Amino acid sequence: MKISLRREQYLELYYYMRLNRSLEERLVTLFRQNKVVGGLYSSLGQEATSVGTAYALEKRDWMAPMIRNVGALLVKGYRPRDIFLQYMARYDSPTHGKDGTSHFGDLKERHVISPISMLGDLIPVMTGVAIAGRYLGQNIVAMTWIGDGGTSTGAFHEGMNFAATQRAPFVCVVENNQWAYSTPVRRQVPIRNLADRARAYGITSYIVDGNDVVAVYRVAKEAVERCRAGEGPILIEAKTMRMKGHAQHDPAEYVPREMFEYWQARDPIARYETFLSRQGLWTEQEKQQILDRIEREIAEDLAFAENSPFPPPELAEQGVYCEDAYEIKPEWQRPIEEVMPPKASVQAVWQVEDFGGIAEGAVQVIEAAAAPARDGTGRRQVARTPQRGKKKLSARGKGR
Amino acid sequence: MAHVTFLEAIRQALFEEMERDPAVVCLGEDIGVYGGAFKVTAGLLERFGWERVIDTPISETAIVGAAVGMSYLGLRPVAEMQFMDFIACCFNQITNFAAKSYYRWGAPVPIVIRGPSGGGVHGGPFHSQNPEMYFVHTPGLKVVYPATPYDAKGLLKSAIRDNNPVLFFEHKFLYRRIKEEIPADDYTVPLGQAKVRREGRDLTLVTYAAMVHTCLEAAEQLAQEGIEVELIDLRTLLPLDRETILQSLRKTNKLLVVHEDTKTGGIAGEIAALVCENAFEDLDGPILRVTALDTPVPYSPPLEERFLPNVHDVVRAARELARY
Repeated sequence: MKISLRREQYLELYYYMRLNRSLEERLVTLFRQNKVVGGLYSSLGQEATSVGTAYALEKRDWMAPMIRNVGALLVKGYRPRDIFLQYMARYDSPTHGKDGTSHFGDLKERHVISPISMLGDLIPVMTGVAIAGRYLGQNIVAMTWIGDGGTSTGAFHEGMNFAATQRAPFVCVVENNQWAYSTPVRRQVPIRNLADRARAYGITSYIVDGNDVVAVYRVAKEAVERCRAGEGPILIEAKTMRMKGHAQHDPAEYVPREMFEYWQARDPIARYETFLSRQGLWTEQEKQQILDRIEREIAEDLAFAENSPFPPPELAEQGVYCEDAYEIKPEWQRPIEEVMPPKASVQAVWQVEDFGGIAEGAVQVIEAAAAPARDGTGRRQVARTPQRGKKKLSARGKGR
Repeated sequence: MAHVTFLEAIRQALFEEMERDPAVVCLGEDIGVYGGAFKVTAGLLERFGWERVIDTPISETAIVGAAVGMSYLGLRPVAEMQFMDFIACCFNQITNFAAKSYYRWGAPVPIVIRGPSGGGVHGGPFHSQNPEMYFVHTPGLKVVYPATPYDAKGLLKSAIRDNNPVLFFEHKFLYRRIKEEIPADDYTVPLGQAKVRREGRDLTLVTYAAMVHTCLEAAEQLAQEGIEVELIDLRTLLPLDRETILQSLRKTNKLLVVHEDTKTGGIAGEIAALVCENAFEDLDGPILRVTALDTPVPYSPPLEERFLPNVHDVVRAARELARY
């Protein structure tokens, strides 16, 4: 699939990544000033993954960000003020102070679904979004992100498996940032590449350098369009690094210094700046214009946020239930007759393609972990049963 | 008017709502080709097709999670738990995702989670439970537990049309044992309204689900002894119809609560607190509870019989209360 970007799109990717970082730098200041009400989570070092994947979505598509996907929220149309207001728990925030951080969304315009703190739950939810979009004829794709740690949850498995059986147009981005709070990925998951999980679901997966925004975008765009074309769900593993602790309170002393240095040398924004200059995609003046714009927007939005009041206490009692008068209307983009009888009527019989016996011999061994693959950069991995390490045993099943 | 079972009434509600509104879809384990473990969804697939009747993997979290996701695009999914005992597997999706969605960020979740619950059929510890109170404790959910075919159909229709996540408990003991004449036309029963099943002056008996029938039998016996019971069928546990309970209590001045759920943390305690807070001066006696034992649901018939409240237990408690 040939995927190209126009010059202004290259610059837009930079704008979003830089806005993501500058906004979070400002949040750190606010945190130190005690203006952030709760914890503060950082996506430092992961901006390319958030921005590059979300940039592959169209306006009609749906996404559900995780805590470190501020960049994705910006790409989908939210503004720095929304993030400031959420963290500062002010009345003008998207949740009016009822929830914080990236826990907000918008069903009508931006098609963003709010996460919850329990990891994995978005996978089945976005599977449902994808199935509903297909049912309504909307031709949409659903995307969400999950960390390396989150892939250990039961909800992740149930959701991926269901998405796969339904061939749902759903892209799951596994952001492998190497750390689940203080636990390294190797202690959570006994496989080299989290993309390997896709094999268990019989779905396509990609591994991409999560700090290379162009590679991330290209892979995500290809995945989104393959999903849209009906190829079923796709898993993308983006290898990146969480450059701070789990949250602001955590100095991350458990991370080896050399590991930070390794990833610091691969900082996604610095790399992209070099790329843009080398490719002659911007002038120094254009770069400065973007930086000035970001500075101005952040200053304006922060002023707005700081002037926003806290919510009135009585709001705590309101809005637990949605009233009857609220109209919920699906947007049909296919003839309704297609899903109504008699047109909908079918013969309720399973078509069974094969009868499920063992393919050959009486026993088959699939050895654990074929040699670990090298960390890929944007190279595609198509899920299939590993042939290497597979050998036949005698009918008596004498084992290893 | 047609004479239908409790189960058939539920099936009719699903059929009619799916005919009425293409946004209504069903998903769950074995609900399509097989028609459901109890055949509640029999015939739905034939009529409405594969896209609207979805056989899922054994993944309760995925079932409820996907239902939530579908509802965000305006669909009204009805998710089946093969047995309500298994609702424990998707507790997080229900209590953290679905229940808090509207409050947190204004996104309504119009889904129904329905399925068979309750004991008396020797299902053992994992096919007999009444897990409703886990969810009554969760703001943002609605919890419905009908006792008659008429109510089951009307309440399920209301649940499907409601803009909130509704848990709809179907007592499996009633599925094929209880029959009733129900109207052929489209009707609904509003959520959140209890029903006075029998009027009486001597004591108020609050109950719901299969225990309504146990209590009606007890009330008959008590009437022969001159004790007139006012029997309230809650029908919906959340939101609770406080007014109907308080109004009756103010008339009879005595309260007995009966449920098949276990005692500690059951709704009887909540109702007792409600009455103490709002009508303490009207009480002429202690508030009594007749409930299942505080144990898992045992399998062997003599054990389960001991576990479940019965007519005799209700009669005895009512007699004791009537003496005050």
